[in-house]
Amino acid sequence: MTATQDAIVPKFDDEEETGRTLAIICSKGNLDMAYPGLILANAALGEGVNVHLFFTFWGFDMIIKSRMHDLKFSPSGNTAMHMPVGDVRIPQALAPMPGMQPMATHMLKKQIADLGVPEVPDFLEQIVASGGKLWACRMSADMNHVTMDDLYDGVEAIINASDFIELTAGAQLLFI
Amino acid sequence: MPVTTIDGHEIHVDDEGFMTVYDEWDETVGKSLAAAIGVEMTDEHWGPIRFLRQDFKSESVTPTLRRVSTVGGFDTKKLFELFPKKPAKKMAYIAGLPKPHGCV
Repeated sequence: MTATQDAIVPKFDDEEETGRTLAIICSKGNLDMAYPGLILANAALGEGVNVHLFFTFWGFDMIIKSRMHDLKFSPSGNTAMHMPVGDVRIPQALAPMPGMQPMATHMLKKQIADLGVPEVPDFLEQIVASGGKLWACRMSADMNHVTMDDLYDGVEAIINASDFIELTAGAQLLFI
Repeated sequence: MPVTTIDGHEIHVDDEGFMTVYDEWDETVGKSLAAAIGVEMTDEHWGPIRFLRQDFKSESVTPTLRRVSTVGGFDTKKLFELFPKKPAKKMAYIAGLPKPHGCV
């Protein structure tokens, strides 16, 4: 090493990320399908990317105050659902049995909590604190007969699909 | 493992420039590292950096932004103001720790 060598300093690419925008459409309300959007939104915000989340159809349950704390996970129709140890699958014939959904939900919540990952409402709070924007779909609001009063406080507004498309011009898009 | 010199401090770093030897760090080094990425340290900046150092000592992993906020008690919004754009990575860099590996 010579005395003239440049110091090794990480390139945080602050300028490059300016203007990069990620649009995430959250259309599912199952507990397991709520997380991918939240995790990616959070990761993108931590990398200096602008993030807009649009909650629509079943994804609306993630932002309705009375439902967001209580999303469910069902092994029914999910052939990738395994028991906690080994590669044992839950037989699909048993998946709809009484008690399966609460058990699977409880298990998933515990696994998520063990990793230090927040529950949905806390996660939304973190995303908003990190500068992420939450938008509610107009048609879903009308279908569910809800207004801004029923929605999580961090939601910016109820907007229609065209508004969201306009808002996220040039963004990278993720549909979940 | 490369050795680099930042503001007169000779330190071991990884290929990106994150410090690899915990004990080579002190607050004067931290201040120089911060200056190298355009962050001017104030009392508000030192709070989370000291938390990172202390948490790494006990956990052996760099805390994620979530942990800095929930365990360290620092406001997420504030962290984005103090260490703009990429707070988790910038804090780790200034604290002389590896990049955080956790997803959340």
